[in-house]
Amino acid sequence: MIPELGHFALIVALLLALTQAILPLIGAARGNAALMAVARPAAQGQFVFVALAFGCLAWSFLTNDFSVENVARNSFSQLPEVYRFTATWGSHEGSMLMWVMILGFWTTAVSVFSRHLPDEMVARVIGVMGLISVGFLAFLLTTSNPFERLLPAPPDGRDMNPLLQDWGMIIHPPMLYMGYVGFAVAFAFALAALMSGKLDAAWARWSRPWTTVAWAFLTAGIVLGAWWAYRELGWGGWWFWDPTENASFMPWLAGTALIHSLAVTEKRGAFKAWTVLLALIAFSLSLLGTFLVRSGVLSSVHAFATDPARGSFILGFLAVVIGGSLILYAWRAPKMLTGGAFTWFSREAMLLANNVVLLAAMGSVLLGTLYPLFMDAMGLGKISVGPPYFNAVFVPVMAPVLFLVGVGPLARWKEASLPDMFGRLKWALAVAVATGLLLPLTLDGFNPWAALGFSLAAWILLTVLVGFRERMKNGARLGSLPRAFWGMQLAHLGLAWGVAGITLVANYQQERDVRMNAGDYTELAGYTFTFQGAESFPGPNYQGMRATVEVSQGGRKIATLHPEKRVYNASGMPMTEAAIHPNFFRDVYVALGEPLDEEARSWSVRVFHKPFINWLWLGALFLVIGGFLAASDRRYRIAVKKSAVPAGAATQGA
Amino acid sequence: MKRWLPVIIFFVLVGFFAKGLFLNPREVPSPFIGKPAPAFTLPLVGNEAQSFSPADMQGKVWLLNVWAPWCVSCRQEHPVLMQLAQDQAVPIVGLNWKDKDREAAQLLAQQGSPYAAVPDDLSGKVGIDYGVTGTPETYVIDKAGIVRLKHIGPIDMDVWKNKIEPKLKELGA
Amino acid sequence: MKKLLFAILLALAAPTFAGEAAPNAEDPVIEQRMIRLAEELRCLVCQNESLAGSHAELAEDLRREIRAQMKAGKNDKEVIEYLTNRYGDFVLYQPPFKPVTYLLWLGPLLFLMIGGVVWYATLKKRRALKDAPLDEKRLAAAAQLLEDNK
Repeated sequence: MIPELGHFALIVALLLALTQAILPLIGAARGNAALMAVARPAAQGQFVFVALAFGCLAWSFLTNDFSVENVARNSFSQLPEVYRFTATWGSHEGSMLMWVMILGFWTTAVSVFSRHLPDEMVARVIGVMGLISVGFLAFLLTTSNPFERLLPAPPDGRDMNPLLQDWGMIIHPPMLYMGYVGFAVAFAFALAALMSGKLDAAWARWSRPWTTVAWAFLTAGIVLGAWWAYRELGWGGWWFWDPTENASFMPWLAGTALIHSLAVTEKRGAFKAWTVLLALIAFSLSLLGTFLVRSGVLSSVHAFATDPARGSFILGFLAVVIGGSLILYAWRAPKMLTGGAFTWFSREAMLLANNVVLLAAMGSVLLGTLYPLFMDAMGLGKISVGPPYFNAVFVPVMAPVLFLVGVGPLARWKEASLPDMFGRLKWALAVAVATGLLLPLTLDGFNPWAALGFSLAAWILLTVLVGFRERMKNGARLGSLPRAFWGMQLAHLGLAWGVAGITLVANYQQERDVRMNAGDYTELAGYTFTFQGAESFPGPNYQGMRATVEVSQGGRKIATLHPEKRVYNASGMPMTEAAIHPNFFRDVYVALGEPLDEEARSWSVRVFHKPFINWLWLGALFLVIGGFLAASDRRYRIAVKKSAVPAGAATQGA
Repeated sequence: MKRWLPVIIFFVLVGFFAKGLFLNPREVPSPFIGKPAPAFTLPLVGNEAQSFSPADMQGKVWLLNVWAPWCVSCRQEHPVLMQLAQDQAVPIVGLNWKDKDREAAQLLAQQGSPYAAVPDDLSGKVGIDYGVTGTPETYVIDKAGIVRLKHIGPIDMDVWKNKIEPKLKELGA
Repeated sequence: MKKLLFAILLALAAPTFAGEAAPNAEDPVIEQRMIRLAEELRCLVCQNESLAGSHAELAEDLRREIRAQMKAGKNDKEVIEYLTNRYGDFVLYQPPFKPVTYLLWLGPLLFLMIGGVVWYATLKKRRALKDAPLDEKRLAAAAQLLEDNK
């Protein structure tokens, strides 16, 4: 009964989404206030029904209703309750449902926090978001019904993919989707502006906080995915340039460019057409990622089970949404040069350079990801494009962006002179270069990549400090600096921190692959690892072997680690659970390999010393906090508070 | 015109994606097509005194079918191969790949053998020399010992009628 | 960090007594070379794992083969040739530089150059622009619009 209720709720949601899309858009075109007023309630109702469907699916998972095909495929009676809940979004169908629910959530948020916007704008924004909902709800109902019954019901399920049974995977997809789908708001604002022809600074100011928040969520989602891979895949890597990872990274690069060009459009009125195009591109890349992951056109480790019908549906939808919006752009985007004049080293010029390089980086990732497909489609043979390519190409392309992070925020708008800039930054530059040249010597001899990484990290750190100092000199107190400034500085600082961490771990990590009997020890980076044997234990839905490894440093015991090896009951899939002892300066990482004898007394064990890996996660945390802080700046907030009453009155009057 | 550039790029991409939907990214083409089949000499299953070498098939068009007793989809194609053997459609050589449990002789005795010869590749090295990634895989080799076609996965009647048989005709089998 | 390195050196120099775990590989030097090479090769069965990281049986066989060839004195290039002769360029995560991949390898540079040209052209136009008073007026009007909507 409950699954049918969920199915029915989805159908209602589709009807509401159609209403939400069609009536307000017609209303806005004809200036009909009654039709425009449909937007908010329809959007909120749609969200409620999608959430209801999601609840029904979660209920089916929690109650082990294996007569639902989705549950039978992706859950298991022995699966712990928390994973039974998260299995709701572990499958293709369930994750698509979550996608639509999050889209509904963002639409509802727009409907609530848009009281100060003109009704016409709100109607268009919500209408466009409704069109996207229609597409995805139709996709769910026609090709990927999450409530499909399987009768007769199998006695038990096939279990959730063991890789996903980890708490990193619980929050990674929701965060990622909050980011992906959040760009739909910027997309809808851009389309609304193109439709109305009112592409002004006000438009940029409205889109800015939404875009920044979505960007912060996307950052969190991507990094959580990397963190999950680091802990769960057992080889200590955190980024593999897999098509699925690239699919989330491309919108991030475009989104990063977008939040910077929005700044220029809001503050200086320039780059309007460009900013609109970026808003369209950022969300288009989110949609493209959905297509790439779910259509099977690229082979990927994380890909969902694929089906050409689904691929064709999404591709058709993509062609309509992205193609339509780009055509609208070509037709309606302002053709005049907007904004004022600026010079070579003005902040506008720096931000434009940032955009240009970020897009070149995005284009490179896109090229590398799709090249095997291009070759195959043209019958030129099959090739693989993997980490060696991306590392070789991406680092040199991104390095200029990191350099610009130091210059941009200190450049003046409109006009800046090179000698002035040089005077303000010469010390930072000298210290950064010296750090890059000298620091590697104290570690492991000179290494050009380490030198580049250290220089850039130090450069950003120092210029952030210069930024604070200059503000203070002008009489500002730390507490009185606007949150937007704090947010920017924190995010840039996080970037520097992350770059430092990546440089250190990539160039100086050590590992050892040894065979160990109980009592054996091995040494790495000054740590002694003593293997004290492994014993079997029953897990809730797996059989496990848990080893005990004592880690000591200078004769003093610092940790007891328990790496595990599991074989899952339903799927028979083996899994490695690495054990990690983290601190601020390094991770000590132990992964259990294979047993080397019949009685499982002797094991192959891999130990890693990962210097400063946690700086990567902490830096990312700063990026995210910076994003939220910037979005919560008073500039955006006051508008909401002040307008609550009169705007409400205006709607009633309409 | 500049403003139409994104639209153009996008629809070119859509064209590639549409084509990509009907391609299989997992199917790896063989670099041996048009090249001589790698030479080897292996003992025969059940008769270790004798050996097989591709040179023995000189002057014939034949199939090299890589299989293993532990392989599930090989069982699926077994009846099809039996049928072909019965019709004397083409000589089939069954390369027994990495049969560590030594089950091939017994299995073929029980279920019948479609093969003209069953060379025994215990170490799997010959398989690697042919670029085998998984069983079953089948190579069509012509009279001069050149590899003409590779099929990955089990052969069913459809594959036989539309892919392999036309190739054999073309090669004058 | 320096201290750490020193400690490792000490540890390596210390005499090995009973209980020190043996490295998994017979020859750690060859093992390192093999892993470094295998990290740039694709596992063909699992497809999106490197040959170094995969647990698949074929990956193990191929690693053994690479090890054996290295022991026999072949250099990395010869080992890679051995693999591409059998499996094609598909095994290489770093695609070779040849006419069909020129665009792949030069594309990023091309993108940067196009970006540079766009940046330069925009800046030239902008510099020539006399600060249009009209635009300042529009900016003010937009700000006014924002105020009105509060």
